[in-house]
Amino acid sequence: MFGRPLLRFVRKDTHINFMRGRFVGLATSAVLSLASVILFFHPGLTLGLDFRGGIVVEAKTNGPADFGKIRTALTAHNLKTDGVQAFGGPDDVLIRLGANEQTNTNAVVDEVRHAITEAQPGATIVRADAVGASVSAELFRNGLLALGISLLMILGYIWFRFEWEFALSAVVTLVLDLTKTVGFLVLTHFEFDLVMVAAILTILGYSTNDKVVVYDRIRENLRRYRTMPLRELLDLSINETLSRTLGTSTTVFLAALPLAFFGGASLSGFAWVMLFGIVVGTSSSIFIAAPLLLLLGEKRLRKDTRPAVKQEI
Amino acid sequence: MMYYSRIKLLSVAAVCLLGALLCVPNFVRKPAASIPWPEIHLGLDLRGGSYLLLQVDLSSLTHDRLQSLSDSLRQSLISANLGYRNIAINPDKAEITFQPRDPSEKDRDLKVLEDLPRTVSNEFSVTTRPDDTIAITLDSGAMRVRTHDAVSQAIEIVRRRIDATGAVDPQITRQGEDRIVVELPGISDPERVKALLGTTAKMTFRLVDELPPGTLIAPPGDTLLPLSDHPDSTLAVHNHVDVDGVNLTNAGATTDDQTGGWAVSFSLDSVGTRAFGDVTQANVGRRFAIVLDNKIIEAPVIRTAITGGSGIITGNFDAHQATDLALLLRAGALPVPLTVVEERSIGPSLGADSIRAGALSLLVGFVLVIIFMALFYGRFGWYANVALFANLVLMLAILSLFGATLTLPGMAGMLLTLGMAVDANILIIERIREELKRGRTPLAAMQAGFERATATVLDSNATAFLAHVMLFVFGTGPVRGFALTITIGIATTLFSTLLLSRMLMVRWYALTRPSTLPV
Repeated sequence: MFGRPLLRFVRKDTHINFMRGRFVGLATSAVLSLASVILFFHPGLTLGLDFRGGIVVEAKTNGPADFGKIRTALTAHNLKTDGVQAFGGPDDVLIRLGANEQTNTNAVVDEVRHAITEAQPGATIVRADAVGASVSAELFRNGLLALGISLLMILGYIWFRFEWEFALSAVVTLVLDLTKTVGFLVLTHFEFDLVMVAAILTILGYSTNDKVVVYDRIRENLRRYRTMPLRELLDLSINETLSRTLGTSTTVFLAALPLAFFGGASLSGFAWVMLFGIVVGTSSSIFIAAPLLLLLGEKRLRKDTRPAVKQEI
Repeated sequence: MMYYSRIKLLSVAAVCLLGALLCVPNFVRKPAASIPWPEIHLGLDLRGGSYLLLQVDLSSLTHDRLQSLSDSLRQSLISANLGYRNIAINPDKAEITFQPRDPSEKDRDLKVLEDLPRTVSNEFSVTTRPDDTIAITLDSGAMRVRTHDAVSQAIEIVRRRIDATGAVDPQITRQGEDRIVVELPGISDPERVKALLGTTAKMTFRLVDELPPGTLIAPPGDTLLPLSDHPDSTLAVHNHVDVDGVNLTNAGATTDDQTGGWAVSFSLDSVGTRAFGDVTQANVGRRFAIVLDNKIIEAPVIRTAITGGSGIITGNFDAHQATDLALLLRAGALPVPLTVVEERSIGPSLGADSIRAGALSLLVGFVLVIIFMALFYGRFGWYANVALFANLVLMLAILSLFGATLTLPGMAGMLLTLGMAVDANILIIERIREELKRGRTPLAAMQAGFERATATVLDSNATAFLAHVMLFVFGTGPVRGFALTITIGIATTLFSTLLLSRMLMVRWYALTRPSTLPV
């Protein structure tokens, strides 16, 4: 353990023919992404409070919660709820109210507070969030803007560091990853909020990182083996970086894993999406990014023995 | 590449030591007030408290200005003996339009407009339309200046009001053009603060116009205002303000000697005292309305001239209302109305739970990664683990140094940074393995590994960096904490892997000169 490593991911000389499975890989990815896009439109994402607006109040009652009493008190205060639910223990109550342009969310949240303490004396408000409709629209716009601009900047960066075929395949792969993550969000009903945008951006950054490492090796091999056919060269590059790709993915996966189990309500959704994204990002580095490069660059990248322009530092 | 000068070795060690030193204040109680003690601040989601986002009502600012402009326009035209028709305020276009009584008076009208008082130069422009309508349009640049001033002033008033409630450590900051963020650590039920901030507290003293009962339309120069006790009944008061709340110098909650109920006492400055004396002297027997935010608190009959410059307001207050009204009057009126558009309150128990959840995840994640690195990468994996620990220490050090705020997503960001930080080491070790496979000597393999991996490490971190800078720019609240820790984490990762762990590997090689590498 302190000297030689005890375990290894792959044998010292793997030669898996990944390119042979390129059409299967691309087709599977395309189908999954298409399904995700359909899921996105129907039934659609479960928007979190940040983007939907409205009110969420979490209370802890003194002894087991009496939901009937709480509902009655809320009705007495003229409050129309979207749901009064139990979560966690028997003394945990979650109350949701939708956003409405006309009502003043910030006054309503105080009404909810009063209603709960009237119905269940001794109850404490653990958390009370109220987001007005105008703010939620703006947060949503900013979230999408952050995603969009990040994608563009990643495209620009890879374009600057590599040839355009690389940049394009990377961004197409990222978009495929992104859509699948959205599909995962729809299926799991995790609430899509700012924290999820953060998760998706992290996945984007991480997934790009993965692609950059593979592409870096491809570029290096393009210079090293001037006559090797592109298909063979891509296979070689993936095999050479395979151990590293799996190693890094595993460490990030291990880091995100405890968050999924111990992170509490606010972080476990984030962590599950991260875990999903890591798996998708890693497999797309192997099965999607390089095959796309083969499709796009078959003619151009291997046409001649042009001088290596963008020399490595 | 394989040699490190003494200075380089020492400076890397010094940075690590300094980092460890900077972390100390987070775990030790501050010994004396005078010593600088840079600490990481816990975000509201970890320590409990309230976050309020206030929206400044800018349209009311435009509307108020148009209203006062049209009032002075009317007066100026009347005193110049000019007539007008169809005077109208159009807040959407920020303009006032009117038509001259007679087209021949147009030039004299325009002359009057030139002499209207302006709060800033070029505040408005005057245009004549083909149908002889004269339009006065507020300049958008001038309005922006006014807006900026109004928001700054509002922040000041908000600060005074919150300080008066005795809140500990409140943070009040401007956000964008027309928003104010108020953070109140430790206050998880901000109802009172919201009520205080949602009140403009513009107080005026105006004479009541006694109308025959049942009058529903106010005569020109008057406004019908509701009574704060009985919102259904109204009184007509003069638009002319006799004494303005601006002239208040002090206010306090007190009890009324006659009724024994709660009241608010106030005193006026010299301008207010004179005005108050003059009005009360000239209008004995009439009713004098005390108006707060367009509601009449009370309208007592003036019995004698009040020249002392102080008095009491006896609405139907309870102790709380009297205290809060006095507080509002002392702090001054808001120049613009504020509304709370976002509230996030976290109770102290949830905050403590979150700290536990974050710390536990961080610990378990850290241990998992360390075990993995030891199993799969052996000796070099342990060097990576040392660098990983240094990375964590340095992240905490930088966060403390800037007095940054740590949020729950921020803790998640730290953990993910640790997961990704070993990537650079994995790249290097894997590369060394490959080079050995190609038949290079241990020395040459290590050299090649470091060289080749550096560019890759920089490339891959650059993209992650870009994504998180965007998140920091567009995100709010706890999510910004996440972006911040990851961005800092990328910087510390570059240091700990490209310098520290590499140096450990090189020193080990230099000391032992092994014939094979443990990879």
